[in-house]
Amino acid sequence: MLYIKCPHCGLRSQNEFSYGGDATVKRPELNKEISDQEWDNFVYLRKSPRGKHLELWQHISGCRQWIKVERDTLTHEIFTTLKSNEEL
Amino acid sequence: MSENFRLDNGGLVNRSKKISFKFNGKKYFGYEGDTLASALIANGVHLVGRSFKYHRPRGFFGAGVDEPYAIVQMNRNNEVDPNVRATEQELFEGLEAKSVNCWPNVDFDIGAINNFLGKFFPAGFYYKTFMWPKSFWHKVYEPIIRKAAGFGAASIKHDKERYEHKYEYCDLLIAGSGPSGLASAYAAALNGAKVILAEDKSRFGGSLLTSEVTIGNQSGQEWSEKIISELKSMSNVIVKNRSQVFGYYDHNMLVMSERISDHLPETEKYTPKQRLWYIRAKEVIISSGSIERPLVFGNNDTPGVMLSSAAKEYLKIYGVLVGKKPLIFTNNDSGYETAIEFKKNGIDPVVLDTRKDPNSEIIKEAKDLNINIKLSYVVVLAKGYKKVSSADIAKISDDKKNISNIVNIKCDCICVSGFWTPTIHLASQSGNKTKFNEEIDAFIPSHSKQNETTLGSANGIFTLEETLKTSFEKGNELSKKITNKENKILVPSVVEKKSSNHDKFWCVPLPKGKNYKRFLDFQNDVAVSDIQLALREGYRSIEHVKRYTTLGMATDQGRTSNLNGLQLVSEIENKVVPQVGHTTFRPPFSPVSIGAIVGREIGKHSKPTRKSPMHYWHEKNNAVFVDAGVWLRPRYYKQGNENLFEASKREAKNVRQNVGVCDVTTLGKIDIKGPDAAELLNRVYTNAWLKLPVGKARYGVMLREDGIVMDDGTTTRISENHYHMTTTTAQAANVLSHLEYYLQLVWPELNVNVVSSTEQWAGAAIAGPKSRDVLQKLFPDLDVSNEGLPFMGYREGNLFGINAKIYRISFSGELAYEVNVESDNGNFMWEKIMEIGKVFNIEPYGTEALSTLRIEMGHVAGSELDGRTIPYDNSLEGLVSKKKDFIGKRSLSKKAYIEPNRQKVVGVIPLDKKTSIPEGSYIVKDSNAKLPNPKLGYISASCWSVEYDNPFSLAIIKDGKNMIGQKLFAMSPLKNKTIPVEIVSSHYVDPKGERVRS
Ligand SMILES: [Zn+2]
Repeated sequence: MLYIKCPHCGLRSQNEFSYGGDATVKRPELNKEISDQEWDNFVYLRKSPRGKHLELWQHISGCRQWIKVERDTLTHEIFTTLKSNEEL
Repeated sequence: MSENFRLDNGGLVNRSKKISFKFNGKKYFGYEGDTLASALIANGVHLVGRSFKYHRPRGFFGAGVDEPYAIVQMNRNNEVDPNVRATEQELFEGLEAKSVNCWPNVDFDIGAINNFLGKFFPAGFYYKTFMWPKSFWHKVYEPIIRKAAGFGAASIKHDKERYEHKYEYCDLLIAGSGPSGLASAYAAALNGAKVILAEDKSRFGGSLLTSEVTIGNQSGQEWSEKIISELKSMSNVIVKNRSQVFGYYDHNMLVMSERISDHLPETEKYTPKQRLWYIRAKEVIISSGSIERPLVFGNNDTPGVMLSSAAKEYLKIYGVLVGKKPLIFTNNDSGYETAIEFKKNGIDPVVLDTRKDPNSEIIKEAKDLNINIKLSYVVVLAKGYKKVSSADIAKISDDKKNISNIVNIKCDCICVSGFWTPTIHLASQSGNKTKFNEEIDAFIPSHSKQNETTLGSANGIFTLEETLKTSFEKGNELSKKITNKENKILVPSVVEKKSSNHDKFWCVPLPKGKNYKRFLDFQNDVAVSDIQLALREGYRSIEHVKRYTTLGMATDQGRTSNLNGLQLVSEIENKVVPQVGHTTFRPPFSPVSIGAIVGREIGKHSKPTRKSPMHYWHEKNNAVFVDAGVWLRPRYYKQGNENLFEASKREAKNVRQNVGVCDVTTLGKIDIKGPDAAELLNRVYTNAWLKLPVGKARYGVMLREDGIVMDDGTTTRISENHYHMTTTTAQAANVLSHLEYYLQLVWPELNVNVVSSTEQWAGAAIAGPKSRDVLQKLFPDLDVSNEGLPFMGYREGNLFGINAKIYRISFSGELAYEVNVESDNGNFMWEKIMEIGKVFNIEPYGTEALSTLRIEMGHVAGSELDGRTIPYDNSLEGLVSKKKDFIGKRSLSKKAYIEPNRQKVVGVIPLDKKTSIPEGSYIVKDSNAKLPNPKLGYISASCWSVEYDNPFSLAIIKDGKNMIGQKLFAMSPLKNKTIPVEIVSSHYVDPKGERVRS
């Protein structure tokens, strides 16, 4: 079980969090004209990297904040965790 | 048979407490402190089972977790427990155990015929033998294998024992209480670190209990007792025996199983049988010791052949002789230690040493004791079927390739020592890249991936002096880093006998023309010839060889077999062992009971049960409950002998004719506040929200970004910047996370707060033509007229002194109101409604009637909003704004979503107006079409319409818009039903929606 440092609460076990996928995906702005391809890329296409991955987790049984976690998908090593408004 | 093998003195057992037990139905005696194994050996019992594949007789090979054979089925307090090692099971009064892998009994085993058919059971025999003919698999092969295989039979009864889970955090977790564990724990504890010291066995001390050493001025055993009692007295230390750290997981999380009650005749009240500890440790010290390696020779699996360290342990801890005419076969000095113990107790052993000219303090001591030592000698073959009776021994050439001068000598046990294998399982599990140490012919930990340190013989250090020195140092160093405190300890002086180098010999060559079975893996019956065959057949990777031959698999996990197997593969392949590598060690290190893994999360405890504040009223009034997510909801209220169908029909009818009340507390509720609340709703829902006035509610549908409907519900504007959102019971948690996601990550500029208020409100839906009358009497001061409180209106009211919120919304399609009060007042509200509604014939209704009401009205719910449908499919396209953007809107213009013949919800009636259509049935055009019959759609929900008194269903079918009036078929292959049906509008009752506005 992973040990994730919530930037708001501190180190907590994985079972307090839920996974939210790739944190680098940006939702297209509202009311913006975009192609089908761009929209499909946003909705469906995700990289599945072997190695470093910046991903979203929600501290669902804690402060309920969405946080960013940089994790190695192979070794599960966690390099850094960020608040939702922070960038790497 | 029941000859006494117990010495008159010695050992750590309590001779003042005699214990009776039964093995295979026969009664024996042992002492408190015995294991089942030591007590059986004391009674001269060596035949305990049959081997896995060939059903050869099996005895004892080890004295603890290293035991590959002696697996028994326990019967404790009327509960069976399979797969128990006799060498680990402590003796208690009335213990009953029996052999496994034998039928009809251990002395006469039918499966032993496999032994004589051995040539048909070589490596990979499961793959080769049972593949053909195919039809034989189910009927013939599988039942036979099932009966013959396995290490006992699990109980099919409910396990009445209790198992607990515990979470613990510490600075240092130390696995193993031998010299390295004790020294490092002691040093860390003195530095103020929070320490957990775990010992698998019942006694602390590890090798100190059986070795002849002095620490300071104490024996090894006395020193270990002193350290343990000091550790136990310290508040920063948890000391646990009978506790095995079996798994090393990510981020220094380790799992330990504590056997609290297995050594007792029955579990004490308020005490679990076992406890699983999840331990998050800052640092881990692996002091798991080492296991002696076998030597490989003909019939080396005969009962009576065992590890020399085990023979010594039976002598020193239990005062039990494994034989009275021991033959000791060794390639190192450890065998001499066992020989010396025998000699000291009046038994004359014969030592066969593979080495030509060994010299050390220990050997000198053996010589001084006049022990018969034969150098450059090996055991070629063990003789005897159910117990060793003699051995063929021979002189071995200096190059170890040839044997000569074979003679037979009498013996009743053969104690083997092929040197030591560090127990590196935990280190390997943690991701440690192990390395091969040429000097000891074994793998030891190397680069740590996590915060883990291996000490003592687990790290290949076999002298006590160095072990203590490095362990005190490491314990001090690791804890100092954490506590910033240091209490220097003087390492005590050590007296131990020096050993000489071991001989890298491990397998005795076969005499010319002989084909003796020489076993590598005793638990899985893997012989040298099986590995040779696997390599001849082209298997190269050690992982493949393992799976093909079963070497190192099952509960034993290759503890005794691994290295000899690797030696053999590397010899044949002309490689060195590190090139071959070892297979991956996986948790658990040894078997863990399923009960311990599950813990308390069983039956009703597997998830929380939520009850509404009115639950006990429902219970008193004969409600039959149904699980709705984590909630318990009344499904129907039983009157007399009514069944579900009759009761729900009565309840639904009463809503249509008079008035009913339904507990809607379980609906998800989210409180939304902030100046941008309206803007958030406008982006989340498909319809427009900016102009909703205060005091009004609106129905809304929300989508996922892929255009699929996520949830629906009503949201009410309580005041300028305050909204009350309701969600379905099932989606409440997801919707909250969804809102938080957009507020925190996508549109952080929106000034809005959301919080769940599901538990804060108790809700009652009052529905039916007479609901207004009830409401008026509940709130006499309130204008409840159609003008005063119109459809989708919201008012606050005073319910006999209690604040209430009244929403005029309807799920049943009738004139209806939902009254919410604070949860604590829920039951008061409910009783008032029932009391006041009595004159209007009010009746409570459950989820079944609720379903009926919404289905015949054509209101879509969870069975249509099932994560596969878009608004159009549910005839909700009228709620999709064309003007504004919202979550998921861009997806709705996808080609598949705008196809003219897209699926849509419709109503379905059986032509005979009698036959109910099973939910999940397919809709097809032609019931006799060739399979696969193309399906047009499926039945999503079915009910018995109380309005028309005939069955009515909702279905989602292709081109539903143009199918009204068509005659089709509903087919349920599961229920074997084909029903002719007509497609009608989904709005079966009150299609214009007049009642809710009346
Ligand atoms: Zn947090």
